[in-house]
Amino acid sequence: MTQLALVIDLNVCVGCHACVTSCKQWNTSGSAGAMSDDNPYAADPTGNFFNRVQTFEVGQFPNTETVHFPKSCLHCEDAPCVPVCPTGASHKREEDGIVLVDYDKCIGCGYCSWACPYGARELDEHEKVMKKCTLCVDRIYDESIPEAERKPACVISCPTNARLFGDVHDPNSEVSIAIREEGGYALMPEWGTQPANHYLPRRKTKKHYHEDELVRVDNPLKKEGPLVADEEGPFLEDSTSW
Amino acid sequence: MNPPYSVIFLTTLIGVGQGLFLALFFGQSYTLLEHIPLETGVFYAVGSLIALVFLIGGLIASFFHLGRPERAWRAATQWRTSWLSREVIVLPIFMFFVFLYGVLHYFEINPPVFGTAAFPEAGLTIVIGSIGVIACIALFVCTGMIYACLKFLQEWYTPLTPINYTLFGMASGCTLAALYAQQMQSPLLGHMTVWAIILTMTAFLTRSASLIRNYRIKYKSTLKTAIGVRHTHIQQKAQGAMGGSFNTREFFHGKKASFLKSIKWIFMILVFPVPVALLAVALFNQQATMLFVLAFVIQYIGLLAERWFFFAQAKHPQNLYYQTI
Repeated sequence: MTQLALVIDLNVCVGCHACVTSCKQWNTSGSAGAMSDDNPYAADPTGNFFNRVQTFEVGQFPNTETVHFPKSCLHCEDAPCVPVCPTGASHKREEDGIVLVDYDKCIGCGYCSWACPYGARELDEHEKVMKKCTLCVDRIYDESIPEAERKPACVISCPTNARLFGDVHDPNSEVSIAIREEGGYALMPEWGTQPANHYLPRRKTKKHYHEDELVRVDNPLKKEGPLVADEEGPFLEDSTSW
Repeated sequence: MNPPYSVIFLTTLIGVGQGLFLALFFGQSYTLLEHIPLETGVFYAVGSLIALVFLIGGLIASFFHLGRPERAWRAATQWRTSWLSREVIVLPIFMFFVFLYGVLHYFEINPPVFGTAAFPEAGLTIVIGSIGVIACIALFVCTGMIYACLKFLQEWYTPLTPINYTLFGMASGCTLAALYAQQMQSPLLGHMTVWAIILTMTAFLTRSASLIRNYRIKYKSTLKTAIGVRHTHIQQKAQGAMGGSFNTREFFHGKKASFLKSIKWIFMILVFPVPVALLAVALFNQQATMLFVLAFVIQYIGLLAERWFFFAQAKHPQNLYYQTI
């Protein structure tokens, strides 16, 4: 069984919002219709987004660290938003595990958004239906675009390559290897939703030096010690290293 | 959560309708069992009509909750998994049996269906009414379970949620039944009044239990689990939007804690002690229509506040992601 998902590397994300804008651009231009955007250049701008980048400050001054945190639908393997839907509009695809809303069946009751602990669903205030990340389902299977571009818009646009896309059920996929080897984790594991999307933690690059690495073992001239003036006077070899 | 007024009216109105129907049916059963003077068919027919008016009012209110009400019929399809879908099915079934119960009584179509020593005159109305009672209980369970099945809304995830919905519906419906019986000069007036007091006091116990339970909740989700960073000091600096979004409007009531607390005390007074006191006085002064009217109206207003508080008190874990603009 296939479960497509994103793996987001928090160690690499710089919080540039390129994934947010490219997501909105792709999904507002698609056949599913525009995503609402009210007062975009005025006071109280609001609108529909499938993907948002949030920023958190970890620690207290001066030991702080800024974590940019892209947040979209996690396409949970046990998605709590799907069984509660009264119309069947909210569904999880058998073939690739993408959680989708059928905009033609949705009655806009909002119950699925209550049932999502991550706040991944947003009601479109104009179309009055629930909308959410589709993993660019209208793009990843489109054979009219080059194969290298058959990825979600957010993945292609990320300038730091912080977003990986693939099948998390295939143990040899890029995403599975990243989760396994880089310490990938799921959000709010306490609810048993088994999110398909994973996050890679912040990693500090550290180098540990052993003492013997600081002292040259093969040091025939004992040059590591302080230089002692030769009684016969300094030679060029004593003050210059070749 | 941000309390949706359509749902507040839906749940309180159908609760009254359900409770009134139960009071009528058990009133009828009681007159049969105890051989006290039978009520006329018109008494039950008009009572069922009033119950039906409340149920229809609730149904109309529910449509205001939908973004696309014209597609509401689709909501009956997912009864295998969704409590909301089950409610959508059970509500019209219940309304149909209330209607049938009223019609049978109005035309006094009550052929004996079965008779036992205890129930000598069990006619068709008792059979139809019994089916109505089953549908009514099922409707209470569905309504309560819509909220009680969401496990990360920890305030709601308790058996007390459907129990409270049931008892509030029965109490307010029975208070209305007492007012109705008083208007019709029914011999059932005393029984209705006493049961309204008993049900209101029982609801007081279960609602207090849920308030105490919710006061002691330890929330499972924290910012640590929300973003997966293990640190005692995490502060949100940006939520990804300068203005608000659906997430900031739908999941938080936007009122101060003191406002929430005052609503709690308002409903705790309006729903329980005031109607109980009014009904207790009315027991000894059965001609005082105003006491019955006030008991019902005050309790209903209190229930609106109770339902507002029920929604506002629930803390949705998604709010962890939306703390600072």
